[in-house]
Order: sequence, then C-alpha cells, then structure tokens
Amino acid sequence: MEMIEVSHFRKMFGKKVIHDDVNFDVKKGECLGLLGGSGAGKSVILRSLIGLERPDSGKIQIDGTDVTQLDESDLIEIRKRVAYVFQNGALFDSMTVYDNIAYPLCEHTNLSKHEIRDRVLSTLQMFNLQGAESLLPAELSGGMQKRVGLARAIIMKPDVILYDEPTAGLDPANTVKIQNLIVQLKSTGVTSILVTHDLDTAIRVCDRLAFLEDGHVENLGAVADLKKDPVQILQLFVRGQGD
Amino acid sequence: MTAKTEKFLDFVGGNTVLTGQMLRDLFRRPLYLDLLIVQIQSVGVRSLPLVLVVAMSVGMVMALQFGIGLQKFGAKLYIPKLVSISFIRELGPIFASLMFAARVGAGITSEIASMVVTQQIDAIRALGTSPIKKIVIPRVLACVICLPILTAFANAIGIFGGLVVGSLDLRLDAGFYWQKVFSTVVLADYLSGIGKTFFFALFIAIPACYYGLNVERGTQGVGVATTRAVVSSSIMILVGDYFLTKVFWIIQSWR
Ligand SMILES: Nc1ncnc2c1ncn2[C@@H]1O[C@H](COP(=O)(O)OP(=O)(O)OP(=O)(O)O)[C@@H](O)[C@H]1O
Ligand SMILES: [Mg+2]
Repeated sequence: MEMIEVSHFRKMFGKKVIHDDVNFDVKKGECLGLLGGSGAGKSVILRSLIGLERPDSGKIQIDGTDVTQLDESDLIEIRKRVAYVFQNGALFDSMTVYDNIAYPLCEHTNLSKHEIRDRVLSTLQMFNLQGAESLLPAELSGGMQKRVGLARAIIMKPDVILYDEPTAGLDPANTVKIQNLIVQLKSTGVTSILVTHDLDTAIRVCDRLAFLEDGHVENLGAVADLKKDPVQILQLFVRGQGD
Repeated sequence: MTAKTEKFLDFVGGNTVLTGQMLRDLFRRPLYLDLLIVQIQSVGVRSLPLVLVVAMSVGMVMALQFGIGLQKFGAKLYIPKLVSISFIRELGPIFASLMFAARVGAGITSEIASMVVTQQIDAIRALGTSPIKKIVIPRVLACVICLPILTAFANAIGIFGGLVVGSLDLRLDAGFYWQKVFSTVVLADYLSGIGKTFFFALFIAIPACYYGLNVERGTQGVGVATTRAVVSSSIMILVGDYFLTKVFWIIQSWR
C-alpha cells in the first residue's frame, strides 16, 4: 500500500527548473531516506507534499488524495495527518517553548488544559528539554530549537512525518537520541521521509534510500542491500558531499 | 509592460485577493477573539503617545499661525472656530492616520515579513491553521477599531493645544474658547472626520499585511517591504481623503 506517491512532479522558480520530472513513492510504515546536495530541492519536495509549495505540474498523492488539487482550507485535514519538521525549527518566536509545543493540541483537539499540560511535559522529557518550557525560542541553542520543532511536529501523533535534516547541527548524543526516536516512531507504524546529508543517520534509520540530483530522484534500493556493498556506500558518501 | 505597471497591478491584485480571503474567513470558526484583544492592546497602546504628541503640537501651531495672521485684522476671535473645525474635519484624522501608518503599519509589515523569512508563517500553515485568521484578521480588525478611537483622542488634544496657545499667547478666554468650539462643530463634522478613519485604517492595515506576506527573500526584504507599505498607505490616505471628503459632503448635503 502506497502512502505517498509522487509522479511527474515539476517545479520551477522563475525560469529556474528545480525539479524536472520527479517520481517516487513511499509505502505505509516505510521510512525513505532522501539524499542530495545542498540546493538540490529536497526541502521544496517536502514542502510540496503538504501544499506549502505548488508544483507546476505533476501529481502528489497522500493516502490516495491528490494534494495538488486541494485548496488551502482542504489542506488542513492533510496537514493534521502529515507533520513537517522544518529544517530550521520555524518556532513561533513570540511564544514560549511550552506554547509552541502545545499549539497543535490547542488548535485541533478538545483536550483540557490539564491533559495538554501532561502531554507537553512528557514530550519535553522525550526530547531532553525538561525545564525549558518557559523559555522563548531566542533563548535556545540551535540544537534545542530543532528538538522543539520536532516535538511540536509529532505531538499530534501524525500518520506521516517529513523530517528535514533533523540531525544537522546536533551533538552526537542528541543525534543518537533523535535516530532512536525516529526508529521508535517508525515501529508504531508512522510513514516517513527523512531528508538528510548525514549518511550515517540515513543508513541507521531508513528502509530505503533515494538520491535527488539534477531535478530527478533516483531510487537506490533497500538499505539492507546497500549495507552489503561498502563500495556503493562510499560512493554515496562522496556524492553527498558534492556541491 | 513596464516593471512599474506590473508592480502596481501586483499590488492592486494582491490586496484585492487578500481582502477577499479576509472577508471569507472573517466569520468562520475559530474566531480567535483573544488574538484580537492582544492586537488592540498593542496597536492602541503602541501609538497613543505618538498620536497625542503630534496632535498637541499641530493644534498649537495651528492656533499660532491663525492667531498671528488674524490678529492683524482683529479677528483672533475666530481662532476657536478655525482650529476646531479644521481639526475635527481634516487634521485630526489625517495626522492620526499618517502617524498610525508610520508606527503601526510599519510594525505590522516588519513583524509579518520577519515571520515569513523565518518560516513562521509556513509553520502556521503546516500545523493546519490559517495565517489569514491568526495573523491578518486580528491586525486589520484591531486597526479598524483603534484608529477612530485614537483620532477622537487626537481631536480633543489638538483642540486643547489650540486653547493653550490661544490663552497663553493670544489672551483668549478659555470659557469663550470652549463655547465657540461647541457652537461651531456639529455632529456631522465630527462623523465625517472620524468616518474617514475607518477607511484609512483599511488603507493602512491591508497593504501592511500584503507587503509583509509578500516580502522578497534576502536580508533587505524586510526593510524594503516596510518602506513600501508606509509609502503606499500614506498615498492612499492622502488621495483617498479627497474622495472621501467629497462623498461625506454629498451625504451631508442630502440631509
Ligand atoms: N521560494 C523560493 N523562491 C525562489 N527560489 C527558491 C524558493 N525556494 C527554494 N528555492 C530554490 O530552490 C532550490 C532548492 O531549494 P531547497 O531549499 O529545496 O534545497 P535543499 O535541497 O533543501 O538544500 P539544503 O540541503 O541546503 O537545505 C534552491 O536553489 C533555492 O534557491
Ligand atoms: Mg533544505
């Protein structure tokens, strides 16, 4: 069963063609690692999946619905189910960490203040952020901002999570924590796409890898198979460094 | 088509679309009254001191100018009449609105523009909520509510400024001054002045949101957007004033 299906996706900014003809899909419960150099258009693909960006042509189906045909108010239902973890956190800088993480719950659920509090605090714990709830985003380190962004994205228990470089700029201990978290979420049946430069993370958490280059996505096959072929891993590593 | 015309058409089209989205979402749930109250506080409180200082000085200068000019003809008794009617019909609304554009309009644009640049507007959308409802509508409504009230304050303080100069420099009696003010100004004058500010508030708030949301990428984007918002609001206020004044005179002459 395909959860995400992208076909003949084409996107230009002005006259610049970013994606020429992108095709890929992700099965339910699968984690696809999307690699590619800086500026290849990885973020634009993830943004398009939840309708933040409109493709010039092509189809993007999420659980059978073509999101390119939906208008802004219809997209709300998709966005409740598909979480996007922004590359830079994109926290609301006028709100505290607590309010940032509670935001989706306040907007989309009828939970009581008390239930919201419990859920936010346990999520903070999961991300090693205890004690930070009353801080403003400006008072956090880059790595902490990233984790708050991640916490805000997953608190609604989405079916699909799109991670945009979730481990970039984190220290090794927190990187491992995030890797474990992604694996754990996957084990609960979450479908995900992981955009990353970090081949090590990709190999540890993803089921399958794909490479975005020159406006096309090339399927690299299952991670389990790649692991048997160190030469290809090395080549990938070199390719990922390009640009 | 030249780049200038294209920009102008973008501006007109963009503001029309934004207004349409606002009207469509205005009464759709959730309404976010709490956000509106926060904005009223910040918009009103943020600009009250500035508006008062400007209104006071304009009132004083007006009395001085009229006073010196009219004294030669022994007509300084007309000062209360002139100050109050020009303030209530024209100067109060215009100065309050221009100050409001500079302070609040600029603030709205730069705030929204930096939210765009730091992807906070995208985050609002990505989390299944609407920036029109969460950001645009509370700000526009707050402006529409606050500017007329600020103008009422400006009118009072401006006329008071005229009294200060009138009694200190021109030796006018305070009782006489107020009596003249109240016998000159009729409700229609007052409503025509305040009535215009509802439109001016829209001329300020909608372009401010439009330029903020459509900020260009890059570090200079926020500054450029803010300048453009203030310039276009000011032009719309001053040009719009002529037509609105005309409309209000026509309405007044009907009755
Ligand atoms: N709104 C936009 N307007 C114009 N160009 C854009 C816009 N968004 C992205 N681009 C361009 O599209 C290209 C791809 O951007 P994208 O952010 O998807 O890259 P990326 O693969 O995520 O890179 P990185 O690894 O550095 O995050 C870049 O060349 C970028 O300049
Ligand atoms: Mg990116």
